[in-house]
Amino acid sequence: MPGPIQSIERAAAILRLLSGRSRRLGVAELSGELGLPKGTVHGILRTLQQVGFVEQDAESGKYQLGAALLHMGSSYLDGNELRTRALNWADALAARSGESVRIGTLHESQVLIVHHVFRPDDSRQALEVGTLLPAHATALGKALLAHHRYIATDMARNDLQTFTASTITDIYRLRRELDEVTEKGWAGDQEELYHGIASIAAPIEDRRRVVVGAMGISGATERLCDDGRPRPELIGYVMETARAVSRELGAIPW
Amino acid sequence: MSEKYVASIDQGTASSRCIIFDQAGRIVSVGQKEHRHHFPRPGWVEHDPEEIWSNVLLVVAEALENASLTRDDIAALGIANQRETTVLWERRTGAPVHRAINWQDTRTDHLIHELEGDEGQDRFRRRCGLPLATYFSGPKIRWLLDRIPGLRERAEAGDVLFGTIDSWLIWKLCGRHVTDVTNASRTMLMNLETLDWDDELLDAMGVPRSMLPSIQASASVYGEARSAPLAGVPVASALGDQHAALVGQTCFSPGEAKCTYGTGSFLVLNTGEEPIFSASGLLTTMGYKLGEDQPATYALEGSIAVTGALVQWFRDNLGLIGSAPEIETLARTVEDNGGCYFVPAFSGLFAPHWRSDARGVIAGLTSYINRGHLARAVLEATAWQTREVVEAVNADYPVKMTALKVDGGMTANNLLMQFLADVLDAPVMRPIVAETVSLGAAYAAGLAVGFWPDQSSLREHWHKAAEWLPRRNGANVEKGYRKWKKAVARTVNWVDEDDEE
Repeated sequence: MPGPIQSIERAAAILRLLSGRSRRLGVAELSGELGLPKGTVHGILRTLQQVGFVEQDAESGKYQLGAALLHMGSSYLDGNELRTRALNWADALAARSGESVRIGTLHESQVLIVHHVFRPDDSRQALEVGTLLPAHATALGKALLAHHRYIATDMARNDLQTFTASTITDIYRLRRELDEVTEKGWAGDQEELYHGIASIAAPIEDRRRVVVGAMGISGATERLCDDGRPRPELIGYVMETARAVSRELGAIPW
Repeated sequence: MSEKYVASIDQGTASSRCIIFDQAGRIVSVGQKEHRHHFPRPGWVEHDPEEIWSNVLLVVAEALENASLTRDDIAALGIANQRETTVLWERRTGAPVHRAINWQDTRTDHLIHELEGDEGQDRFRRRCGLPLATYFSGPKIRWLLDRIPGLRERAEAGDVLFGTIDSWLIWKLCGRHVTDVTNASRTMLMNLETLDWDDELLDAMGVPRSMLPSIQASASVYGEARSAPLAGVPVASALGDQHAALVGQTCFSPGEAKCTYGTGSFLVLNTGEEPIFSASGLLTTMGYKLGEDQPATYALEGSIAVTGALVQWFRDNLGLIGSAPEIETLARTVEDNGGCYFVPAFSGLFAPHWRSDARGVIAGLTSYINRGHLARAVLEATAWQTREVVEAVNADYPVKMTALKVDGGMTANNLLMQFLADVLDAPVMRPIVAETVSLGAAYAAGLAVGFWPDQSSLREHWHKAAEWLPRRNGANVEKGYRKWKKAVARTVNWVDEDDEE
């Protein structure tokens, strides 16, 4: 049996480096990390680029994982696909909880809202699909970060922005909270983004049990919380619905 | 009333579903099963009525089981169904004499031309509101009576019965031979003013009255289910699916309209208690009749043959996307359609043009156009076609539509819904219960047994789940619409006499 193929090993090492950090790397950085000549790294990158596994940023000339690879990988799910599959469940959650529902995916260190169901009280509300929310200050964001810790690690490079007095700005506190989120299976936000608004969210898993999104409710603190804690029946609705969407995506039933 | 729920059967073209609703009109449980399609010849589409019946029983049982409910929890059963699909069965045995002929089936094409005679496709429009077309049940009955030896005699003797799918299911459920006004209005045999079978239409179509069900209101206790899993539950509503959606969207006032976006799309406008005969190529049809003592409500309907089907075609025949929702992702890779317009006249143009000699066109192609532009053009085709139907509605019906209530699978597409609002220059609203067909049948059944007191109590359940407001870009929209119309003009007169159809 022949030994491992060196160029494939090197290509894998490059892909691992590009996936390990949520940022772009240049040829010089990669060759430094791998201890390989720049020319060798460049040759491998060009091949990976041709097959769509890496992409080169036009401005900086740096490399990042390509769309083809992301499509193949289990962590990628088209946001429009997610919305379509979750549509009926999200409606049901809004109807049951009486609150507005959002589904989000991670977009670097922010949450991209891919679906929004109005609070069913016919008050004036605007569709928020396409907007970005800070991950560290929302239940959706924390539910996602708990399962994508490398992004949380990456976020520590910059200061966490303050929105209210309750916003978690200390990375160690955020990490402890994410540990709790993983353990409990849901995340909360107590007026951490807006005064008077709380939110509850739970992760959505795909068929390989990779977290591909999060869904949750948000609304006035007095409706969502009792004595400063999210109301258990609302947590139950959110977790049940997120599990139902996960089942819809083919996650192993449990 | 101790029962807490209403069950609703949606017997559709692709599958049968049972949805159970609570008193607030919320979905409690769902059961679903697809059935087979039979294509014995090109253009022929059939279902097995027995398979549909056994699937209906299965999905009802599944829905009950999923929510741990029994028949004692169910106040009433409602039925919404694919329209026009035609079943003939023996009165004595209940056995179908032929497979159900699906509404899409075009075998009556020649018969339609024969029936048109010198008067053309609008020969019966004043009586039944419909143009002669292959969809409707009357010609399908005639075809079967002509082709199956001895069938006409048995039908005249009352030994063979006709029903649309609602009738077939009510017969199987409670042994009564009835239909509702909405389903009857799709046969071309019912007089829109009298709401009874019309002797002149029966004569012209060659269908004996003895085989037809009695016509009742859409909300009415037709009987009680005789066997498990719903033994004893009142069967209390029947509506054609698009009419059910009108009720599910609570479009109870004249001028209110809904559009259901699926494979094809159906815009239905409530026109009140008088039928309006269209001069713009729309169908005049029943809205609903919610109680034997309630007035009948009429509607105008504009059907668009190819909407979601174009996205499926784009996925399956061009392979540019892996799943239907991905079209939005692809469309968002570009800013606009790049000047490209896609008119999906795959089997001719329907409302409001009615040109069977038209075929599809992609217009405005340049070397600049890429697959993102094509994806945009595919989505925009649905919005432009809706605009054409809305303009036809506005021509027939004096009250301007102020907002459009939408439902169906394509409402998950935000880019399309926003574009639709822009193109119509009106807000587009999606309700929180997207399953408006099932909900409408549940509402009608619930009204019939007093589970809900009145229509206004149902309106309170309607909540906006999303709203797309028109963005002010009038000049661009009007230019786009002008181009669309030019593209439409390029589809007609394509089919030649010697083309094999």
